[in-house]
Amino acid sequence: MVTAERIRAAVAAVPDPEIRVVTIAELGILREVSVDGDGSTAVTITPTYVGCPAMDTIRADIRAAARRAGAPDVRVDTVWSPAWTTRWIGEEARAKLAAAGIAPPGDLPESSGDLPEPVGAAPAGTRLLPLAVTGTPPAPACPRCGGRAERLARFGSTACKSLWRCESCGEPFDHFKEH
Amino acid sequence: MTTAVHTAPDYLLRLGDDALVAAQRLCWWATRAPQLEEDVALANIALDLLGQARALLGHAGRVEGRGRDEDTLAFLRDDRAFTNVQLVELADTDFADAVTRLLFFGVYQDLLYRRLTASTDPVLAAIAVKSAKETAYHVDHAAAWTVRLGDGTEESHRRMRRATRDLWPYTHELFVSDEVFARAATDGTGVDPAGLRAPWRERITTVLTEATLPVPEDGWAPGGGRHGLHTEAFGPLVLEMQGLHRAHPGARW
Repeated sequence: MVTAERIRAAVAAVPDPEIRVVTIAELGILREVSVDGDGSTAVTITPTYVGCPAMDTIRADIRAAARRAGAPDVRVDTVWSPAWTTRWIGEEARAKLAAAGIAPPGDLPESSGDLPEPVGAAPAGTRLLPLAVTGTPPAPACPRCGGRAERLARFGSTACKSLWRCESCGEPFDHFKEH
Repeated sequence: MTTAVHTAPDYLLRLGDDALVAAQRLCWWATRAPQLEEDVALANIALDLLGQARALLGHAGRVEGRGRDEDTLAFLRDDRAFTNVQLVELADTDFADAVTRLLFFGVYQDLLYRRLTASTDPVLAAIAVKSAKETAYHVDHAAAWTVRLGDGTEESHRRMRRATRDLWPYTHELFVSDEVFARAATDGTGVDPAGLRAPWRERITTVLTEATLPVPEDGWAPGGGRHGLHTEAFGPLVLEMQGLHRAHPGARW
């Protein structure tokens, strides 16, 4: 007998193809799995970034995992809304990222839609506008030694990461950007 | 049952073409940027823009209902059928051009997507929510480079001054309204870009001032991209973008 639970578990266990220490469920990419009485499976996923190049591989891996668990057919739908956010990454996944040398994302303010108000005095008759529209997120701690880090680049090896260097141990490391 | 609200396909094509051509132009910088980190940065930004283009063109094709998917729209239309603004297609002669265009176009996209999050078309609103988060980050990057180069050495200042002056005329087209934009604004699916000009100018002035760069004078205002009229740089760009797909129709890997 095909068990819905077995298929659900198999799909949830699919690793992220770019950051293989965490699963698509742990990252929040996997939104829904529904299994019919005969094992027909419908999966809903959402991309981290709209152009994430891993999506095709993730779809193929989901199909293969569900079939191996006994699903006769698998449909994978992609949704944009609600928009993926790093808030969906749980404590356990954050620990796995850190153990793999990737500094996990920090907290995001509840409402990040508004421009941060700049501080300081504006010349008479004018008002200050923020230069950086996303504000400055707090620097992540080095995942190896916990030291202070400096940002080397806003972008990194995948769409969701930036590149940092620890000022204590000197090691460069990836940081999963708050998003 | 509620009736789904759909945006007019020609409105979506304009947004999708802007993102697609900007991505294609930015790709050129991979392996040519002044440092490895910048190769990675510009390629990442191009990837975000390509993702936006795929979402927007895919939506346009479905709404249109003529069986054209994102690949058909990107790879099988002739250059005169593209409705992107000319700003995104211009060839770069200097890194200062890439930085300046990323700033000018990025601030426009940021303002646009933030407003489109309230679109009455739920698909377009969802694409806008995702894209707005990414675009804000692009603008940070462009603004940081603009300040670093503008308020940098005499040479970097001179080059940024030249780039901002050369690209400025092409920014006017971003804010030109017509019946397609007016219709989308009226039914609540889209945004009339004329309303973005004042906040755009305010944000750009802030960055240029911080970068010790003058805000260029208004004058010549070329246009026509929205109606398929493009600059001489556009033909070679389209050829390169479409070459593989046209030589090997339906190619996959």
